[in-house]
Amino acid sequence: MEDLEHILAEQPFFAGFSAEHSRLVAGCARNHRYDAGEYLFREGESADEFFLIRHGQVALEMVAPGRTPIVFATLGEGEIVGASWLVPPYRWMFDARAMALTRAIGIDAACLRGKCEADHHLGYEMMKRFTPILVQRLHATRLQILDVYGKR
Amino acid sequence: MNQPRLITTCDGLQALIDALVSRGYRVLGPVVRDGAIVYDAIARVADLPAGWTDHQEAGRYRLERRGDGALFGFVVGPQSWKRFLHPSVETLWTMRQGEDGVRISSAATTAPKFAFLGVRACEIHAISIQDRVLRDGPYPDTAYAKRRQDAFIVAVNCGQAGGTCFCVSMRTGPKANSGFDLALTELLDGASHQFLVEVGSEAGAELLERVPHHSATEAECAAAAAVVARAVSQMGRSLETDGIKELLQSNPDHPRWDEVARRCLSCGNCTMVCPTCFCTTVEDHSDLTGASAERVRKWDSCFTLDFSYLHGGSVRSTGRSRYRQWMTHKLASWFDQFGTSGCVGCGRCITWCPVGIDITQEAAAIRSSLNTGKGEHHGGS
Amino acid sequence: MAAAPQPDPFVPQLYRVTRARRELADTATLQLVPLAGPRPHFEPGQFNMLYAFGVGEAAISISGAADAMSFLHTVRDVGAVSGAIAKLKTGATVGLRGPFGTGWPVAAAQGADIVFVAGGLGLAPLRPAIRQVLADRRRYGRVVILFGSRNPKDMLYRRELEQWRQRLDVDIEVTVDHADADWHGSVGVVPALIRRATFDPRDTIGLTCGPEVMMRFTVSALLEAGIAADRIYLSMERNMKCAIGLCGHCQFGPAFVCRDGPVMRFDRIAEFFAVREI
Repeated sequence: MEDLEHILAEQPFFAGFSAEHSRLVAGCARNHRYDAGEYLFREGESADEFFLIRHGQVALEMVAPGRTPIVFATLGEGEIVGASWLVPPYRWMFDARAMALTRAIGIDAACLRGKCEADHHLGYEMMKRFTPILVQRLHATRLQILDVYGKR
Repeated sequence: MNQPRLITTCDGLQALIDALVSRGYRVLGPVVRDGAIVYDAIARVADLPAGWTDHQEAGRYRLERRGDGALFGFVVGPQSWKRFLHPSVETLWTMRQGEDGVRISSAATTAPKFAFLGVRACEIHAISIQDRVLRDGPYPDTAYAKRRQDAFIVAVNCGQAGGTCFCVSMRTGPKANSGFDLALTELLDGASHQFLVEVGSEAGAELLERVPHHSATEAECAAAAAVVARAVSQMGRSLETDGIKELLQSNPDHPRWDEVARRCLSCGNCTMVCPTCFCTTVEDHSDLTGASAERVRKWDSCFTLDFSYLHGGSVRSTGRSRYRQWMTHKLASWFDQFGTSGCVGCGRCITWCPVGIDITQEAAAIRSSLNTGKGEHHGGS
Repeated sequence: MAAAPQPDPFVPQLYRVTRARRELADTATLQLVPLAGPRPHFEPGQFNMLYAFGVGEAAISISGAADAMSFLHTVRDVGAVSGAIAKLKTGATVGLRGPFGTGWPVAAAQGADIVFVAGGLGLAPLRPAIRQVLADRRRYGRVVILFGSRNPKDMLYRRELEQWRQRLDVDIEVTVDHADADWHGSVGVVPALIRRATFDPRDTIGLTCGPEVMMRFTVSALLEAGIAADRIYLSMERNMKCAIGLCGHCQFGPAFVCRDGPVMRFDRIAEFFAVREI
């Protein structure tokens, strides 16, 4: 049984986390392994966990009738999958599929939300790390919409 | 050059023109036409605008009669010598497709030698500025270089300043110190009408042998100096050049650009009359069969919307950015590109702007707003 | 026409299209050989002015050379001139002036890590530099090639990308803005690839080419990764008429793109690069 606390501490996302906070988060964490083609979660499901990819690649995609799912982003090692666990009604808004063998740490959303409510310092440390990711994703999405390589 | 000062008369001036003509020069000088003083072919002293002067202000130009018969009693009009040295239309090459394939040949240049009579000090500087751009770069315009080499320049020192002149600020006049073959200063004192002559080159000295002249007296030299001093004291405008490059390049988002944009029509008049503006475009023409084609180069202006066209739109789509481009290029970027200012203080852009935009006023406005703490201190986005 | 020692830079030389290959729906690569005389020497990053008879000229980057006697030009149909050139068939004659402009610092980058970041058609001007580096691989540290495309169908030089990927001494990552059903690679923008790439930012040269928006966010990402501003190079583009510094059209701030560019070191243009409508 791997020491999750150590594994989390090694992740760039948790850089600078205090030992106490690391322990709190590790208490909500568990290991996952997904084979190529397996889904981490599906649109509409309850956003119970969010994931930190230790190894592998995950495609974020949306299904539309009559066509194969459209991948709008891919995430890799060290990246966080999922933000809907932060926002009520805590439901996933897209599918996340492992493109190759993927190992990820899943962090229980309800567990972490509860601990953040109890310890606002922990909450703020999580927000400080989460917000830049969201901003970056939003920016990247906008750039993709801009279709910069297209012809005018 | 530290040459002796000489004197010649109006008859001497005619002899000068005749000597140039006899040597195969096409003599060009100021003439009155359509209510302005423009540069065109002259054969006789009588072709010159004797007794005329110009009254210039922002957006205004008007000829007036003088009280005397001065031949050069005006400053500069809407044209500059660039219309001869850097013509507004020029064929670069022609192409023919025949049985033996395609042949492209440079257009043969059979331009006559030009003799410019009446070149002002600011204009001499303008010509040398264009020399740096068109002749002294890694890819010289050989046609320009040839016209330039063959050109004979008779300068005239200004005896008065125009309402929009600021050559003193730009250190380009009113006295011509070099860049000419001969330089004349008109001395008109009652009935006495003569010219102080300075020789600026061997070609000038040689031509002067065909012109009756004698040595100038001390009094005549002093009179010539007084003529120049009078022009110096009358400058209609001034431009503070200290740090102007930094000032404009550091303030691309100054609110003054928005302010001038409200007035500027982007008509491009300023670029047409400016003696240093050099921008051109090319047009490719062919006949209907495509068997022959030619490329023609024409004057262009950075004020046109198409000037910066790229990938379906223009980089400078607003009038604001185009005015900023022109002024920043003229007073600032020119230093980075060619080592000098692009402006010679001739005032034409001020006179010929239909809404009277004044480059000296715009520069002063930006400068003073920063000095007093108003406006933005930093440009950039 | 007799071969002159230094051809008149105002007059197009005649070249024949010896190969025309369709790359994408609207993009073709032409192989051009001079009708007379040698093909001039060029630096990767430079461009030629290609002339379509009676239509006009366009500035097209040199995208490679099949041999010492030819130029390769990858042309996208975006207007009358480029359209006429892109549609040329083998055997056609075209006019060419050049090469002009500055090249990529391929020699100066020796000894360092080198990161190529290409966007869309921007891979074309970078390709001769990549080929030159790979041909002299041992003189460089890590070689990283990052490429962003609109979608998998519009991916330029796909086969060559795959060949590069097969090499063991090159890191290559490719991403698309919009995936299709058959795409199993990365989906997203190039900065994400930069964040994931491995190189020593203290000793890396970054070379980037693509649409200006893409180069803006690429330069941001390269700076964020720790590469110094004087070790990042871009290829700029502006309206060109003469290509020899005489017509004024290509001015970009105080720089003439035809003469001070198209390859420009970022620290030299940083002050005015982001000024709107400069």
